[in-house]
Amino acid sequence: MEFNAIYVIVAREFKKFIRERSRLFSAIARPLLWLFIVGAGLSRLVPRETGVPYTQFIFPGIIGMTILFSSIFSSISIIWDKEFGFMKEILVAPVSRLSIVVGKALSGTIVSTIQAVIILALFPVVGIKLGFLQIVGVIIICASVSFCISSFGIVLATFYESYESFSVIMNFIVMPMFFLSGAMYPVKLLPDILQVVAKLNPLTYGIDAMKHVIFPGATGSMGPDFSLTTSSLVIICSSVVFVLIAGKAFERKG
Amino acid sequence: MPIIKVEKLVKRFGNITAVDDISFEVEEGTIFGFLGPNGAGKTTTINILCTLLAPSSGRASIAGHDCMEEASGVRRAIGIVFQDTTLDKDLTAYENLIFHAYLYDVPRSEMKKRVADVLRFVDLYDRKDDLVKKFSGGMKRRLEVARGLIHQPRVLFLDEPTLGLDPQSRSNLWEFITKLPEMHNVTIFMTTHYMEEAEVCNTIAIIDNGKIIAMGTPDELKKTIGGDVVYMTTTDNATAKSEIKSLFNIDASEKQNELYMTCSRGDTCIPEIIRTLGDKVISVRLQRPTLNDVFLKLTGKTIRQEDVSGEDTIRESIRAYRRRH
Repeated sequence: MEFNAIYVIVAREFKKFIRERSRLFSAIARPLLWLFIVGAGLSRLVPRETGVPYTQFIFPGIIGMTILFSSIFSSISIIWDKEFGFMKEILVAPVSRLSIVVGKALSGTIVSTIQAVIILALFPVVGIKLGFLQIVGVIIICASVSFCISSFGIVLATFYESYESFSVIMNFIVMPMFFLSGAMYPVKLLPDILQVVAKLNPLTYGIDAMKHVIFPGATGSMGPDFSLTTSSLVIICSSVVFVLIAGKAFERKG
Repeated sequence: MPIIKVEKLVKRFGNITAVDDISFEVEEGTIFGFLGPNGAGKTTTINILCTLLAPSSGRASIAGHDCMEEASGVRRAIGIVFQDTTLDKDLTAYENLIFHAYLYDVPRSEMKKRVADVLRFVDLYDRKDDLVKKFSGGMKRRLEVARGLIHQPRVLFLDEPTLGLDPQSRSNLWEFITKLPEMHNVTIFMTTHYMEEAEVCNTIAIIDNGKIIAMGTPDELKKTIGGDVVYMTTTDNATAKSEIKSLFNIDASEKQNELYMTCSRGDTCIPEIIRTLGDKVISVRLQRPTLNDVFLKLTGKTIRQEDVSGEDTIRESIRAYRRRH
């Protein structure tokens, strides 16, 4: 592992993130719309006696959504780099492919965690009470989930050559991942076949872990679907697997 | 001591053979040129040498490192300016170079100095804080040359360095490139399909359809044409022709009232002929063979004749092949 290389790959992404303010605004706007408009509308359909009010129930899901979109977006920038040639500059450097993947995944992690923290800061607005340790706990989960989804995004990016595939990825991978993640409705209430898909989705476990920390002791349909240990293990293991797959996929082809 | 060694290199993409059994060596400190039409296999060869592509068979090594087995040794020893820009347009010139310095593990204490030095070398120091997207094509290319030098490589690859540049930027860029071997102690491996540009090379390999069809210094290659061509008009072509034949044993031909003949050294041949023919000579002109004549003689076509759609098709099928695999 070359730490200088990892550092500079992250620094480049961060610098570009700071420079493009509009990217940050639109990235924050999407979860806000879901939280305050879709959430407010749907909350009228959900009975109040479930323990956790609906606008609060979707809060971890909305943080998860923020992470999902910004992590995938950050990783998909690899396709841009391939298209515009910059990737070659990185690929001919004396840097192991694993360092490149880790650098890219950490770039996505930092950018996504910043955005997730901005959304997390809205917890008093939706009426959630969080202690200091809970906030730290959620931020740690956010960072791990961001790393996991970013490395998944890198795996995706290695399969696509041009940016025309961006909308394919958005519509057929990212949106289903969001809808089948327990973000908007509990996984245990889904039809069986969709439950299977949801259980294959790493984001499900990330959001579930957040539910554990944000609603301690919550049970029933609005509570978490898995144990905190299961969720944490799935996130960690799938991150490792994604990084290794991506590293392999980055080896020269031909 | 050759710094680049290539032996029987072959690269196939599906049923297209892009590089077909080529072998050559490049001496340290020289400028080596790969000359050939688009689609001849120049870029594929560069991609193999700089470890981006694995060859189908054959061996290649740079500065003693095998391009397959010791990729990271090779990568440390080379700098590359690709045909298409590989700069980050959303970063400044300075940031692009610093990125490179970190990537190549340049010691922190030397980083700023080296970056400033190469920026001065290509005359871009004053523009270092401008975003690259504001740069002209020539400036971008110069910046890429500068970037390729930061980690002090032993070999610098230049793939069609002047492609798409206006004539002024081109000659400007050549000024920098020809200074490189001496000033930066680096061997240059370049490709081009501009004949005039290949003249600066110490050695040229002419490549067509994936094969090296000739190799040598520009002068050696031109000598294969058999010398210079002398054109002259005289008051009496028929007499002049037979006098030239009997005195110099040179066969002159006549075209549009003009005699022309090939002689090994045109510059010494002309005065002798004039002394012999005396008043009969009306005008004389000398044409030196160009590399284009060499290419024409070897392949029966001029280098730029290559029809563009053919080349695009080859590139497209290579790209499609890589996508499938």
